[in-house]
Amino acid sequence: MSATVTAPTEPTDGPEVSDGGIKRGLASRIVARTGGGLVSVGLVLVALFWLMPTFGLLVSSLRDPKEMDGSGWWKVFSSPGQLTWDNYDSLLSNDDMMRAFFNTIWITVPSTVLVILIGSFAAYAFAWLEFPGRDWLFLVVVGLLVVPVQVALIPIAKLYGDTHLFGTITGVVLFHVAFGLPFAVFLLRNYFAGIPRDLLEAARMDGGTDLTIFFRVVLPLGLPAIASLAIFQFLWVWNDMLVALIYADTDSAPLTVALQSQSRAFGSNIEVLAPGAFLSLIVPLMVFFAFQRYFVQGVMAGAVK
Amino acid sequence: MADVVLDGVGKVYPDGTRAVDTLDLSVTDGEFLVLVGPSGCGKTTALRMVAGLEDISEGTVRIGDRVVNRVPSRDRDVAMVFQSYALYPHLNVRDNIGFGLRLRKMPKAEIDQRVLEAARTLGLEEHLHRKPRQLSGGQRQRVAMGRAIVRRPQAFLMDEPLSNLDAKLRVQMRAQIARLTRDLGVTTLYVTHDQVEAMTLGDRVAVMRKGVLQQVAPPQELYDRPVNLFVAGFIGSPAMNLFSGSLESRAEPNDPKDAADGPLSVRIGSQRLHLPPELLAARPALRYYVDREVIVGIRPEDLYDLADEEAPFARDRDPEGAVLTAETDLVESMGSEVHVHVRLDAPPAVTADVQELAADVGNEDQVPDPRTASTEVVARFGPRTRVREGDTARLRVATDRMHFFDPETGLSVRMRENS
Repeated sequence: MSATVTAPTEPTDGPEVSDGGIKRGLASRIVARTGGGLVSVGLVLVALFWLMPTFGLLVSSLRDPKEMDGSGWWKVFSSPGQLTWDNYDSLLSNDDMMRAFFNTIWITVPSTVLVILIGSFAAYAFAWLEFPGRDWLFLVVVGLLVVPVQVALIPIAKLYGDTHLFGTITGVVLFHVAFGLPFAVFLLRNYFAGIPRDLLEAARMDGGTDLTIFFRVVLPLGLPAIASLAIFQFLWVWNDMLVALIYADTDSAPLTVALQSQSRAFGSNIEVLAPGAFLSLIVPLMVFFAFQRYFVQGVMAGAVK
Repeated sequence: MADVVLDGVGKVYPDGTRAVDTLDLSVTDGEFLVLVGPSGCGKTTALRMVAGLEDISEGTVRIGDRVVNRVPSRDRDVAMVFQSYALYPHLNVRDNIGFGLRLRKMPKAEIDQRVLEAARTLGLEEHLHRKPRQLSGGQRQRVAMGRAIVRRPQAFLMDEPLSNLDAKLRVQMRAQIARLTRDLGVTTLYVTHDQVEAMTLGDRVAVMRKGVLQQVAPPQELYDRPVNLFVAGFIGSPAMNLFSGSLESRAEPNDPKDAADGPLSVRIGSQRLHLPPELLAARPALRYYVDREVIVGIRPEDLYDLADEEAPFARDRDPEGAVLTAETDLVESMGSEVHVHVRLDAPPAVTADVQELAADVGNEDQVPDPRTASTEVVARFGPRTRVREGDTARLRVATDRMHFFDPETGLSVRMRENS
């Protein structure tokens, strides 16, 4: 999730005799002296450019709606007086939007927790339990990764119609869990399989059952993979509109659907859209930063030589 | 504490590979038994079957008075030390050592007390709060030991616990393990491929080869009376010198004493050694090999420098039939002793055992060619020897300690049944 930029290594000392040698030596020396700085500056510029729309959204959400029709958000720099919390005040008192916001949470949190829970159990079984057909079954699960969501929309809609799940949060959650699991199992299984066998055997000798080994050894060691899965799954579900648009009704619609219904043909109610969009953006960011600390290298260090 | 008994234990993998073949082994209560052999000989598989980490295909494993074939590892009440240590990286030393006790729902106060006790025994008290990655190799090894002793199990199983340590530390830890197991008096089954570890640690040593047990005996007996070529070549460093020779009767043509009870000698290339009567008494079956080929084994320390005044036998300057003359090829000084490599004009012994032993040390290309009529022989001389490379060395042989093996079966020629 985070990229590290390593400065190019110093060119090796030594006689630069060959034809291209001098050129390359010189070039790489220049890069070594200045490259680290240049690369950093370049990356910062790209990042700033990338953040521009988000920043614009934030500024817009804080502007007086009356000003918005007439001028661009950057005008705020010349007249900071137009900044106001009014838009957020009215968003928080807008029942429809708030219901949608909580719907999003009610959809996203269970979808993420269930996928992690079921996925890690399944991954442990695929990685460490012996049972007939295990590898074939795992291949099938991996194969499910390529099934597009769209293929299942109509059959599932029929199923939900029969089982009265249509228009419910449960229905949306179930759909997300089902389509999140193949990737979860795939990711976690491969990570769990990388845990040294000796560790699990040691735990077995120490008196562990499969359940205690899972909870006391595999889960703690699998945290980096689980954290990245949590972020992926959370983002997918939080940002999903297609599934919600089809299976949720007005009462169970999440923020994405609610925002979309706000964007009218002439785009006149930006005072709702901008803060709403920013709200829907800030939560995943918080989730990301919360889980980021689990991305540590070398969790396994010291386990086996 | 309990004894551990393997009765006809076998391991066959689904692809038909037989890793362990009808292994009968009994570790008595409180005994330290070492399983040793080259890599792939099935010793680790045997240990893992006792641990319950590997299914037992044939036979029974008994710990104490319980047959444990179908008992899961956690209920066998044995503790294992892994080659990789297998410390839980997310737990500190205290929790690593106490892990097994916590899983067994022991009261916290007792866990703390036992962990502290184990840590004190192993000198880990200051490191209790550290994570494994903050420890040195030797400390990790001690944590792994601590995890085993804190449980007070019926038996310890150790799978090459020292092989990841550097040479000096290994010697230290070896002594620590020896002291620890002696003080605790716990039945221990220890697997290693290092014959020095096997000899120094074991009350008894079991040598395995290709899944088959070759010999179980106390270390000295294993060294002095190897039952076959494999054990002879595996135990001892530098290894026993093996070459082919033939037995001859020394009796006059019309002497009534003949091959049946007369004196014998062994021809080694162009030279001859006389077999002393006590050797013949200990190995009566040798008489069946008169005029036949045998494989002769001489340990490096049974060859003495005849020119060295301080060497044993020095006063017995030139006994008939106990001296070999050979060109010195290489002299390696170890400080306390000198390894002298000489070239003897006798064909080398090349059997399956010899080849396997060479392969085990990564020397399969250097198996001597049986058609060449010379063998490299290593002699372990005292530090005062004056033999130099290129000299012709005169080697006094302790003929009463020579070993003889059947070239077909590889078995030691000893009693009459052997022939």
